[in-house]
Amino acid sequence: MSTTTAGGFVPAEMKHGSLRRERRWAMIGAYVALAVFVVFFMTPPFHMLVTSLKGSAEIADLSGNPWLVSAPTLQNYWELLTQGNYLLHFRNSIIVTTCTVLISMVVSTLAAFALARMKFWGSATLATGVFLTYLVPETLLFIPMFQIVGSLGLYNNMWAMVLIFPTLTVPFCTWIMIGYFASIPKELDEAALIDGAGHLQMLWKIFIPVALPGILAAMIFAFTVSWAAFIYPIAFLVSSDQMVLTVGIVSDLIRADTFQWGKIMAGALMAALPPLLVYAFLMDYYIAGLTAGATKG
Amino acid sequence: MAQVTLRKVVKAYEGGVQAVKGIDLDIADHEFVVLVGPSGCGKSTTLRMIAGLEEISDGEISIGGRLVNDVPPRDRDIAMVFQNYALYPHMTVFDNMAFGLMLRKFPKEEIKRRVENAARILDITPLLQRKPKALSGGQRQRVAMGRAIVRDPKVFLFDEPLSNLDAKLRVQMRTEIKKVHQTVRTTTIYVTHDQVEAMTLADRVVVMHGGVIEQVGPPQELYHNPKTRFVAGFIGSPAMNFIPARLENGAGALRVHLPGDIVLPVPAERTARYSALAGKEILFGIRPEHLTEAKNLERPNVAQMLATPEVTEPMGMETLVHFKMAGAEICGRVDPTAPAAPGQPLPMAVDLNHMHVLEPQSGRVL
Ligand SMILES: Nc1ncnc2c1ncn2[C@@H]1O[C@H](COP(=O)(O)OP(=O)(O)OP(=O)(O)O)[C@@H](O)[C@H]1O
Ligand SMILES: [Mg+2]
Repeated sequence: MSTTTAGGFVPAEMKHGSLRRERRWAMIGAYVALAVFVVFFMTPPFHMLVTSLKGSAEIADLSGNPWLVSAPTLQNYWELLTQGNYLLHFRNSIIVTTCTVLISMVVSTLAAFALARMKFWGSATLATGVFLTYLVPETLLFIPMFQIVGSLGLYNNMWAMVLIFPTLTVPFCTWIMIGYFASIPKELDEAALIDGAGHLQMLWKIFIPVALPGILAAMIFAFTVSWAAFIYPIAFLVSSDQMVLTVGIVSDLIRADTFQWGKIMAGALMAALPPLLVYAFLMDYYIAGLTAGATKG
Repeated sequence: MAQVTLRKVVKAYEGGVQAVKGIDLDIADHEFVVLVGPSGCGKSTTLRMIAGLEEISDGEISIGGRLVNDVPPRDRDIAMVFQNYALYPHMTVFDNMAFGLMLRKFPKEEIKRRVENAARILDITPLLQRKPKALSGGQRQRVAMGRAIVRDPKVFLFDEPLSNLDAKLRVQMRTEIKKVHQTVRTTTIYVTHDQVEAMTLADRVVVMHGGVIEQVGPPQELYHNPKTRFVAGFIGSPAMNFIPARLENGAGALRVHLPGDIVLPVPAERTARYSALAGKEILFGIRPEHLTEAKNLERPNVAQMLATPEVTEPMGMETLVHFKMAGAEICGRVDPTAPAAPGQPLPMAVDLNHMHVLEPQSGRVL
């Protein structure tokens, strides 16, 4: 069929030539913009990679080109992984982040379900309130938090982070998920109700699978916030064995005014790996979920 | 046994809207009842109260002899088919249909048997492993029905299940629903605003209007003996004509005096019925099919009159003629071969065996 129509409308196609040329220019423009974007954002990681492969003598040598490495060595990586507390910090970060993500997801899924579906007195106000708390900056909160953490006896204890990070993640995660849950047609819960589902079964068997893209988005957010959190850890954690990566790197590898640049870069690069893996792994599902229902309602 | 009984059922939404104003209804076992009425008349609300999705403000509903006012939907043993199908998008057709049975902890083989049986009835066996998004509207509709059938509930509830389908598919699915009901014989309550659907499907039709029931009865009865002006005008397409007229008493017989000095004799056997309104203003009701080209004039109680059509609409098997009478739009149905043309006076026959007399104020049909 396509061949007959194409054959029958040759003049029309020529008329559309300018349209196609416009399209090509749009494509070229898009690629140029993307290329600039990629170069801009890849430059710092590239510099980190180059620096992490240099010995300290080469880094200190100001005559060489900082973008090239003459004697590549894995020594920085090797030292990080075999000496000092880097691996411990890594482990702490993983523990804290895993716990934070779990807690955030459980709390905000339940909260979002209740706020989106169970109309109770003040539920709309509460939903707005949840989001407003997200707007209060950490810098404002960390002094009162300090007192709370102190009175709980959790000062200089990494488990305090598991307690505090959800205050950063839960409001926003709840807010994202309220939106996703609200977009699920009401008839779907009614059908589930009639089919015999209770509230928890409805949440588990219908809402979570249907809103999976939203839940993954919230999860990525919680993971990122928790993995990269800096202010709270640096304020509340002082001894090296309790530190997470973000503070561990800057406090252990910077002694007074000696910066161990090679190791800092190596440590930061390795610290960036888990988020990369999480994104790469979840994004597939995320995008699959986003586009799944898009073509046919 | 699954009869459904509604006693003085009221639904008042917060904000004071009374959507349902005290309705009584008895639905027998195996019966197919259709609730029909214009948009906003409270059909869905009634159905949702029976389902348990909406609380009952006052009155009683029982299913199979059990009062269900405070019984949650899952324990009412009902199944519902929604207008937008409400299929679970992340589950295959099989799982969609099996979900209710799984939650009720049926054994695996039993679930499989029931789903496959329902799939056979509905002719969707090849679709069982697909997801809803890979189905057409009609196929989704079948799956939604399958989900109801596998549960083998006491009552099926349908809320405008066909209104998202195109006209042709709607007719096809209508037959399908009737066939399914003849196979499974489950008591069915079906909501629609389409009177054709109501007439074709129902054992009994319930006409609702403004939160109350106007009339309940088999389709033919509603068609031939409507009790109110609303029912008379709602059932039937094109709708019944209402012409303001006077009922005159002359020479021992009643006559209908229409505008334009048209005088039609009331059939003798109806004289007693209408005599109370003699000499009063009435509404004369006549269906378009009883307003035809001049024919059968020799039959008793068929009178002739002259009308000048303003518009003619050829439908193929008939032609609709529209003319005005004292401001009222009148529609007649004539044979396509009749010489009907706009502006040309056309002799027409009025079959008074099928006339209706309505009280103008109350809208009551005598
Ligand atoms: N949740 C609600 N809150 C307040 N009023 C409502 C609510 N749901 C329905 N109503 C009102 O109740 C009346 C009946 O609604 P219902 O949905 O039963 O109508 P319906 O007969 O099903 O109409 P349709 O054919 O348009 O579906 C309407 O006037 C509607 O505005
Ligand atoms: Mg409705």
